[in-house]
Amino acid sequence: MGLEQYKGVYIYAQQVDNELSSIAFELIGKAKELAKDLDTDVTAVLLGHNVKNLCDSLAEYGADKIIVVDDPELEVYRTEPYAHALASVINEYKPDIMLVGATAIGRDLGPTVSARVKTGLTADCTVLEIGDFPINPMPNQEQKHNQLLMTRPAFGGNTIATIACPDNRPQMATVRPGVMQKLDPVKGAKAEIIEYNPGFEENNKYVEIINIIKQAKTTENIMDAKILVSGGRGVGSAENFQMLRDLADVLGGTVSCSRAVVENGWLPVDLQVGQTGKTVRPNLYFAIGISGAIQHVAGMEESDIVIAINKDEDAPIFDVADYGIVGDLNKIVPALTQALKAELA
Amino acid sequence: MKIVVCIKQVPDTKGGVKFNPDGTLDRAAMLAIMNPDDKAGLEAALRIKEEHGAEVTVITMGLPKADDVLREALAMGADKAILVTDRVLGGADTWATSTTIAGALRNIDYDLIITGRQAIDGDTAQVGPQIAEHLNIPVISYAEDIRVEGDYVIVKRQYEDRYHEIKAKMPCLVTALSELNVPRYMTPGGIFDAYDSEVTVWGRNDLKDVDDSNLGLKGSPTKIAKASDKVRKGAGEKVTLDASESVDYIMSKLKEKHVI
Amino acid sequence: MDFSLDKKHEMARTLFKEFAETEVKPLAQEVDETEVFPRGTVEKMAKAGFLGIPVPKEYGGQGCDPLTYVMCVEELSKVCGTTGVIVSAHTSLCIDPIMTYGTEEQKQKYVKDLATGAKLGAFALTEPGAGTDAQGAQTKAVLDGDEWVLNGSKCFITNGKEADVYIVIAITSIAEDKRGRKKKNFSAFIVDKGAPGFSFGTKEKKMGIRGSSTYELIFEDCRIPKENLLGPEGRGFPIAMHTLDGGRIGIAAQALGIAEGALDRAIEYTKERKQFGRSIAQQQNTQFKLADMATRIEAAKFLVYRAAIAKATQKVYSVEAAKAKLFAAETAMAVTTEVVQLFGGYGYIREYDVERMMRDAKITEIYEGTSEVQRMVISGALLK
Repeated sequence: MGLEQYKGVYIYAQQVDNELSSIAFELIGKAKELAKDLDTDVTAVLLGHNVKNLCDSLAEYGADKIIVVDDPELEVYRTEPYAHALASVINEYKPDIMLVGATAIGRDLGPTVSARVKTGLTADCTVLEIGDFPINPMPNQEQKHNQLLMTRPAFGGNTIATIACPDNRPQMATVRPGVMQKLDPVKGAKAEIIEYNPGFEENNKYVEIINIIKQAKTTENIMDAKILVSGGRGVGSAENFQMLRDLADVLGGTVSCSRAVVENGWLPVDLQVGQTGKTVRPNLYFAIGISGAIQHVAGMEESDIVIAINKDEDAPIFDVADYGIVGDLNKIVPALTQALKAELA
Repeated sequence: MKIVVCIKQVPDTKGGVKFNPDGTLDRAAMLAIMNPDDKAGLEAALRIKEEHGAEVTVITMGLPKADDVLREALAMGADKAILVTDRVLGGADTWATSTTIAGALRNIDYDLIITGRQAIDGDTAQVGPQIAEHLNIPVISYAEDIRVEGDYVIVKRQYEDRYHEIKAKMPCLVTALSELNVPRYMTPGGIFDAYDSEVTVWGRNDLKDVDDSNLGLKGSPTKIAKASDKVRKGAGEKVTLDASESVDYIMSKLKEKHVI
Repeated sequence: MDFSLDKKHEMARTLFKEFAETEVKPLAQEVDETEVFPRGTVEKMAKAGFLGIPVPKEYGGQGCDPLTYVMCVEELSKVCGTTGVIVSAHTSLCIDPIMTYGTEEQKQKYVKDLATGAKLGAFALTEPGAGTDAQGAQTKAVLDGDEWVLNGSKCFITNGKEADVYIVIAITSIAEDKRGRKKKNFSAFIVDKGAPGFSFGTKEKKMGIRGSSTYELIFEDCRIPKENLLGPEGRGFPIAMHTLDGGRIGIAAQALGIAEGALDRAIEYTKERKQFGRSIAQQQNTQFKLADMATRIEAAKFLVYRAAIAKATQKVYSVEAAKAKLFAAETAMAVTTEVVQLFGGYGYIREYDVERMMRDAKITEIYEGTSEVQRMVISGALLK
């Protein structure tokens, strides 16, 4: 069967406890862009039990079509019935592109399905675009157009690669949550809803869930934080860290620190960033009153954006900061918190 | 029972990665280590062995120098080691890798296969579930705990906000998180024994029920269009401003970067 | 002549290094500050097999060679001199003489527990009046029926109060030569902790290796079974000297490790520390000092490894051991002193570890034979 028979951009609309995950909307947002370039439409695949009520919001966020597989077997996520459902949808409807969120579910479902439908899968993508493969024409190799080019970081973010899947369909990717933009929902928008059920028959791959334990969020893990407000010796005292907490709170971030702070007993060691502490990669890292010893930098240099505030203009932290402010943290930090409060109110 | 642990040799990124003067990654300067999730998987297997009795086989696919990581596994207490290496297997993506390892595993008996959730060089988390799919056995990913009860494994399967306790009949495949345990050290005597024991080496012809079109670079559905070592970030802007100007400056940058 | 290590030894080094960095380094400062014996680390080392590295497997050991053991002490000492000497005293001074001179029963009874780390060992020769000159010793052992009765005291004993098994050297007879000069004959004994009449005196407060539990041992009518005599009666002195030959290799490895650890710190620090607008590593003075230290350390390493290999292959290795210890110890002292200087004021404060290394280095020139004794051993062989 020719690859040209595969059409449309599909996304896996992840739901847990009959509640759509944010990634579902993010994927629709990205899929709309891709579909526009390919002159096609966006189909959301919704798997679960009693989930049809979720179709409206998928439509409002931009899905043109929704394929719903609604079956008691899909009550709670298990690899097998879900993989069977999604692989069956792919085999039946033949999408050109299939996007799945790189969540704890998607990173299990994606590879299983890709192996089952015999296609490639690119993990944890951060950029998706339509283009040519090879990117530049090469002698003795056909240049294919309208390919999904999937860009992903590897090696703990130290390298980036752009991947194509030119000879197999669908082109599958898992997409890192929080990277793609949701569209503004259009109230009352409707999608074409297709109900489909491939039939479920229990086999050796069905496992038994004997317990589900929901965990209240325990202490914040700085390695998972998207925004870190990190303080060093320059903060001056344990009490002064309240300023940093206030800033973190208004941004939905977490406070972390340098080794000096732990040694002074101002904060516990599990908040320490650096060679002897933790390696962090937040989207935004504030280095406040941190001089930036190499041991500290080793633990935070992979942050996406680094903003440093320090009164010493020669502080080595400025060598790794995207935005460095030479100034008095005691004045800047509270004023910044106020400004953010006003902005975000 | 028979446990197979799939392991991978990866460059060590702990304590920061090393760069060449031109900003590209200096792979030669980094130590090759056993992938952390895989090591936790091996430790889990060794603990099951201690509790229930089991034969633990480690398998890796890679260059001949991946022998080192198998010796390390033997020095920790694994019983047998298999190295799958062949020129034609090079350049494999996760599809071709999982096809290869499944082809090797068809030669041996297993009750439980443990892989790491993901390797720190690729971070894909795909090879484990794909091996299970090729072998037509159940997979349980993201294991925080693995117990064996009779013919069943009971796994604490991690999700973002919960975990499932899952029971599966063996044979099955479990992917291990490094949070699973603190792996033991090798012993000095274990190291000496490891270098005195045999590592089984398999090539293309030792893989069972595998088509050439599914192996190596040629058999990989995904192709690299472009790869670059991310150039290390240098110093950005540095400004000296008074407090209110500083706040305006930061606010404008946060808006520019869509943080707010 | 091959100066490269084989894969086994390379991997063993990787193991020791990883263990040292993960388990030992984070505690080094605390062990020094509090002078508390790192019992937790010893238990971890026992589990990892570090307490019986050169002991055959049938006696509970790892079945490796002296070189592997030496590399272990070296890597531990890179981050913590205290931890290095604990392993060295246990292995070289307690297990080794039992393995060399013990009866099968003694090996079964003692070495198995020592090599697995279930028990810790120590060695007691030095007395208040007898350091380098062993003839000044006073501790006596007298056979009384089926028991030896020990009286006297030993001082500066490493692993002192923490050990379970002690090799004790005591006078068992006094002979008179033709010219009427009295000569003490010594014998070696294995003494268990808890033997009646065996107690501990004061704990020494030391300049360096402050966590290593250095105690005075006191024997007051201490009774031990007759079969705890180690080796033939009257052969205690040669047993002690031969044991110290091995021990010196362990101390040489400790000294080597301390020097390497200090150089590592110096390389890190001088690259980071800026003075006059550039890192001090960019100053030629620093570069030349680093070069000299690295060269000297490399030379020490060859002597230490050479001695370890001699222990495995030769019956007598006194001179090799003496040269290794002399040179490695003096290297450790010179390198750590120089590194403190390179650190400047930061070198003199405790936060930066190198002053601890300098204090730890000093003892390697003193114990298990001072540098002067090593020179006597070496020159003695030359002028024989």
